[in-house]
Amino acid sequence: MKKDWPLWEVFVRSKNGLEHRHFGSLHAADAEMALENARDVYTRRNEGVSIWVVESKYITASNPADNGELFEPAQDKIYRHPTFYDLPDEVKHM
Amino acid sequence: MKNEDLYQYILGIADNSLILGQRLGELCGHGPTLETDIALTNIALDLFGQTRSYYQYAAKLAGGVKTEDDVAMLREEREYRNVLLVEQPNTDFAFVIVRQYLFDEFHLLLMQELQNSKDEMLAAIAKKGIKEVSYHRRFSGDWVKRLGDGTAESNERMQQAVDDLWRYTDELFHLTKADREMIGQGIGVDVSQLRDTYYNTVTELLQEATLTVPEQEYFQKGGKEGIHSEHMGYLLTELQYMQRSYPNMNW
Repeated sequence: MKKDWPLWEVFVRSKNGLEHRHFGSLHAADAEMALENARDVYTRRNEGVSIWVVESKYITASNPADNGELFEPAQDKIYRHPTFYDLPDEVKHM
Repeated sequence: MKNEDLYQYILGIADNSLILGQRLGELCGHGPTLETDIALTNIALDLFGQTRSYYQYAAKLAGGVKTEDDVAMLREEREYRNVLLVEQPNTDFAFVIVRQYLFDEFHLLLMQELQNSKDEMLAAIAKKGIKEVSYHRRFSGDWVKRLGDGTAESNERMQQAVDDLWRYTDELFHLTKADREMIGQGIGVDVSQLRDTYYNTVTELLQEATLTVPEQEYFQKGGKEGIHSEHMGYLLTELQYMQRSYPNMNW
């Protein structure tokens, strides 16, 4: 039975005000079942206030083989990093 | 016991959750998929949580010598007050789902009324349980639709389960002596008044699931009076094994 069920990615918002975060994946036959399964597998101990599910096939992922060209720019362009500013202490999370 | 009727009334509600929870617990590690296995075990844990509140209350009424474990584990078969529906075996997944749905729909109606009980403790337990029971009904109702309106085989198995379990539904609405006493005092729910709503709701969902509602006129009864089906003894043997073998054991 399970081999026919597509894979779904589960995103959970832990608290109001926070963004949805990827929690894991599971199998389900349809969206409604995916939502209920996600509730039972990932949020039964008060872990969340909102769930998104999306069928995994709809996620386009970058190829690890492309990591060089995508994520590793030359390190000598220091002007690309905003490191020349003095941040006031009040600014958090920068 | 001074509050014998209230005590029996509480058992009449609590035992349904205990026995159904035990049945679902048997599936732990044996569910058809990882996700449904976890879902069914979750429901079992919800039911055990509710039943503990009832048994703690019952044990208190019994005068303090008894504990919730005594009430739950150390009664004879004839002293359990659950309906026959919840003790029926896990024949296949269709039976598990249909049994659950037929009970959940009733359970929700009961909790909705019980939260208006004059007994504050029962009202509080009901209020707390409603959210869980609403989810149970959503879960089992969705599965009834999915499997009833699924493949030819799933439809056939679901219809078989509905046909076999239907005969246990009428008992949900029977009144015991304890029921009548508690209704009179404004504590108990008159479940006989819930019958029409129940059958209308269930019929609507079964039809949506392309299942045929049985038209039988013969119904099984007895559980509420302690007269159980042949499955009950085996279930209790497993349920009570630890307390019988190692009296007073704790985790």
